[in-house]
Amino acid sequence: MGIKPLVFILLFTAYSGYSIFTYTFGTKAPSHAPHADALATKGKLLFQQKNCIACHQIYGLGGYLGPDLTYEMSQPTKGRTYAIAILTAGLNKMPNYHLKQDETDALIAYLTYIDNTARFFNNN
Amino acid sequence: MGFALVMLIATLFFGMLASFSYLNPEFYNQYIPFYQLRPMHVSAALFWIIGGATSCLLFFKKEVSEEGAKRTIAERLFINLWMITVVVIFLFYSFKKFGGREYWEFPPFLCLPLLISWLALMVAWFKAWLKAKDYPLYVWMWTAGICFFLFTFLEQNLYQIPWFRQSFLKEVIVQWKSNGSMVGSWNQIIYGCSLFLMVTLTGEDSIARTKTAYYFFFLSITNMMFNWGHHIYNVPSASWLRDVAYGISMTEWLFFIKMLQSFKEKMDERRKFKHLITYKFLIAAEVWVFFNLTLALLMSIPAINRYTHGTHVTVAHAMGTTIGINTMILMAAMSYILRVDELEIRDKRWVHWGYYISQASLVVFWVSLIIAGFLKGTRQFNFPHITYQELMVPVNYWLRVLSFSGAFLLLGFLLMLKTYFKALRKA
Ligand code: HEC
Ligand code: HEM
Repeated sequence: MGIKPLVFILLFTAYSGYSIFTYTFGTKAPSHAPHADALATKGKLLFQQKNCIACHQIYGLGGYLGPDLTYEMSQPTKGRTYAIAILTAGLNKMPNYHLKQDETDALIAYLTYIDNTARFFNNN
Repeated sequence: MGFALVMLIATLFFGMLASFSYLNPEFYNQYIPFYQLRPMHVSAALFWIIGGATSCLLFFKKEVSEEGAKRTIAERLFINLWMITVVVIFLFYSFKKFGGREYWEFPPFLCLPLLISWLALMVAWFKAWLKAKDYPLYVWMWTAGICFFLFTFLEQNLYQIPWFRQSFLKEVIVQWKSNGSMVGSWNQIIYGCSLFLMVTLTGEDSIARTKTAYYFFFLSITNMMFNWGHHIYNVPSASWLRDVAYGISMTEWLFFIKMLQSFKEKMDERRKFKHLITYKFLIAAEVWVFFNLTLALLMSIPAINRYTHGTHVTVAHAMGTTIGINTMILMAAMSYILRVDELEIRDKRWVHWGYYISQASLVVFWVSLIIAGFLKGTRQFNFPHITYQELMVPVNYWLRVLSFSGAFLLLGFLLMLKTYFKALRKA
């Protein structure tokens, strides 16, 4: 066996170290970065329960039937009004979930939060 | 193993339905919408691959260690708990209960029985490991794969700790990072099976012992650990994360060059063994490694990644590797375990037909995904203001080709599996 277990252990240690580094320094956010308020947090939960990720991507992660929603809210031709309309009524391939008003509000708050974070980090 | 094969059929079947609902969502949304079909398809695929890999592993374990043929308690715990949890997961999906994470889209508490089941597998493995006759490379690969799956599985669930959830950036990275690495962990198990088969078929024990083989093994686990970064090129994290990933992923060119070099040897070897079904699948996997590695190398270049990220090119990468490489190696390993090569000619003919149908349709399937992805990616850049429906008009044409070739893929696999199930009943 010789040196092999040593290389093994070395690699695993390097991996753990790198992971810790990634989750601390690699993803550090300044204190004035956007935070999720209660409504956005509720929206996030809804987004998960309704499995929106099956058709939409956020930062490219998700299914590919529908568009990426990371920058949805700040798109000049779409944005908030468009999103509300689509969420309320569905559109061709986008299902109508028959959402209640407060659910739509929460989802919009969540999408706005994502958009704000994304643009905040890109500008910094 | 039977359960894993049923998962394969489920994968193909749900994949087929999912692709139809892509084309005709108005109809499917009323009954079984895409957001329900996709988790069913993707989870079935994951459970096919992981379940298939571990069931081959449990079989090969007996061949490399002094253990008796009887199943240990840990093994039985692993198998039963795993199967029950998978069934429960599908029940949850059918009631539209989701956890909403990518790939593992079931409610998170179901990760706990999966974890316990995996720990039982590890107990079973390390018991046999202590009694191993010898430690050739494939034993190392299996060990690395099993341990690393545990790591990445735990890592993937880190988001359940509020500290990770509070930062959106961390949460996105947890998912990309752990999923990206987890793929590597089952690949270690599956490539280990492939190496074991190569050694057994050719009788050349030396392939699993050379210095170069070990060198590439360590290079591949380094890649598994640090290479996930190309998934996050457009996530606004620290830029050195991207640089490290890019640097590491470029070492994969070494694998590429190595493959080209050994090409001639492979051709000679092929002449000798091409009558064997097991060998056929291994060669198919090898060819798909080549195609997919080419695609992956291109996708890792940031200038190209800008266009391909988040499009069907990613799906081509995901399905190309899971079907072309993982599924083919598993089909090889299972044909060896079930002794498909010793069946009657009549039964084997089904496998041959299925083999050629599935390979041909997979080529069309894969290429149509790449074209669809490139079209979508470039159109997003060139026409940022058109509606999504307009954007997708030319793309949909290729998705139709995808769906059509997917039907043949399903057919090809069903022909092969007919014989596999027959062999399973005999075994
Ligand atoms: C079955 C797949 C599917 C699911 C599930 C789904 N969507 Fe959609 N969504 C689409 C498609 C396709 C479009 C594009 C609509 C069009 O132009 O035809 C879309 C459009 C949108 C848009 C407008 C984006 C744009 O640029 O056109 C928003 C916002 C949106 N969806 C939010 C959501 C949310 C929130 C959920 C979860 C509650 C969700 N979607 C679930 C398929 C889906
Ligand atoms: C052994 C066979 C198969 C395996 C292992 C497999 C595996 C996968 C995986 C891993 C994904 C996730 C891709 C990603 O998100 O990047 C996926 C998605 C998908 N697969 Fe398959 N697949 C198989 C067969 C099929 C077949 C036969 C079809 C039918 C045409 C199909 C249609 C789809 C569709 C439509 C998606 C969703 C893509 C999206 O996110 O929009 N698959 N498959």
